[in-house]
Amino acid sequence: MLLKKKKGFLQELYLIEIIKGLMITMKNMLFAPKVTIQFPEERRNYSDRYRGMHYLKATNGVENCTACMLCPTVCPAECIHIEAGERPDKEKYPVKFEIDLLRCCFCGMCEEACPKDAIKLSNIYEMSTTYREVYDKQFLLEQRGNK
Amino acid sequence: MDILDWIEVGSKTALLVVVLLQVVPIMVWVERRGSALMQNRLGPNRCGPLGLLQSLADVVKFLWKEDPVPGHVEPFYYVLAPLVSVVPAFMTFAVIPVASSIQLGGRVLQFQVADLNVGLLYVFSIASLGVYGIIMAGWASNNKYTMLGSLRSSSQMISYELSMGLSVIGIIMTFSSVKLGDIARQQGELITHVGPLILPEFLQLPKWGIFVQPLGFLIFLVAVFAETNRLPFDLPEGESEIVAGYHLEYGAMKFALFMMAEYLNMTTASGLLATLYFGGWQLLPGMAWILGALQGAFGLTGLSAEWLRVLFEATSFSIKVGCFMWLFVWVRWTLPRFRYDQLMDLGWKVMLPLALGNIFITAILTYYGWV
Repeated sequence: MLLKKKKGFLQELYLIEIIKGLMITMKNMLFAPKVTIQFPEERRNYSDRYRGMHYLKATNGVENCTACMLCPTVCPAECIHIEAGERPDKEKYPVKFEIDLLRCCFCGMCEEACPKDAIKLSNIYEMSTTYREVYDKQFLLEQRGNK
Repeated sequence: MDILDWIEVGSKTALLVVVLLQVVPIMVWVERRGSALMQNRLGPNRCGPLGLLQSLADVVKFLWKEDPVPGHVEPFYYVLAPLVSVVPAFMTFAVIPVASSIQLGGRVLQFQVADLNVGLLYVFSIASLGVYGIIMAGWASNNKYTMLGSLRSSSQMISYELSMGLSVIGIIMTFSSVKLGDIARQQGELITHVGPLILPEFLQLPKWGIFVQPLGFLIFLVAVFAETNRLPFDLPEGESEIVAGYHLEYGAMKFALFMMAEYLNMTTASGLLATLYFGGWQLLPGMAWILGALQGAFGLTGLSAEWLRVLFEATSFSIKVGCFMWLFVWVRWTLPRFRYDQLMDLGWKVMLPLALGNIFITAILTYYGWV
């Protein structure tokens, strides 16, 4: 409901009110701390649990992934594509491990589903590119996020 | 007119146009940085020192942009409209004096392009031409939003031009002249008496327009805000209601011309405010003392002393204009936009009666010799 507030004559004139308002903006301009983050030099700090760009963890130069297919199964966006293969020592490994970043919704369910702690989401959030991005296994292994 | 007159007028015009063109990018920068700081941001600070070259970068961008004419517009008037709004903005400044005249080898050199004997009337006639650009743009764009914007603009101009013109009549009566040069010169005098009361020396204010016509100044200030389409009266462009108003269909340099016209109008309005109500080129308090000290210290006499005085007067005028320009920016980022009925209410029910009352009171006081 629109209530008509009772105002005095001076307030009805608005002149003093306008000057008060001008003072407020001037105070903000001169004294208020500025909230701008100057991007390339300053960066926003995200928490460690931030779900950014994916990477594959490796132990002794060999990726942890055993191509168990749990992550493509759980992935709601169906953006993980794995082709399994066999190493000479009869161990399963991913021949291909691709993540279509255009489809990924960064829900982090692959990370949760992984029994081998192989696929992880890093803190990296600058992922804009000028081409359609499909991360292959090599790239996922090389970039280790900031962990 | 002999050849010297032509040279004088030509060079003064060229200088004025160049200076005014420099004012625009600086004002755009001030506006952007000022607004950013008031909103606790930083604003453009990458191009050049403090981001001062940002406007230059913008101009380069505007120049290189594709400049299409939409298919549904009236091409002739569409192209003409930005020019029609820019040119009057330049023209008004011609009668505003920047400094008092000096004697130069038997010639009187005046620091205003033309000291017309119709001064103020010329200002008002040219200022009202500015609205044609906006109406043309709105109509030629063949778009409902531009149309609404230009309709709003024209009704707003009519409503506020009335009170603007009437508020200045007080000034004309007080100084009994419409020549801006005369008005500025007379403001150097002191107010020696209020009616029968003779004021003591320390209470004598300079006869600036604001001291003799405080109400007139207030009305003029508000009307000028409306005339230049600046917030809180920027209904012609009301972004949230009619997209961008009259310049919706314009892009690239044609849009930049509208932008330039806005800032030039601001400059002219500030110049008028300074000339009519703040003593024009009259020195600010303290500046006369500095001037005297400098002239004394360097032993300047004759022409060089005169030139120094002109420099000081021009500086004083620029400071006054600058303060008003800042006021325009400051108010824009403080006050919200009026609703349309509120705008009309203020214009017709408050400003007009007040302006008429001001004329009435001034007339009585002038008749009895009080001012």
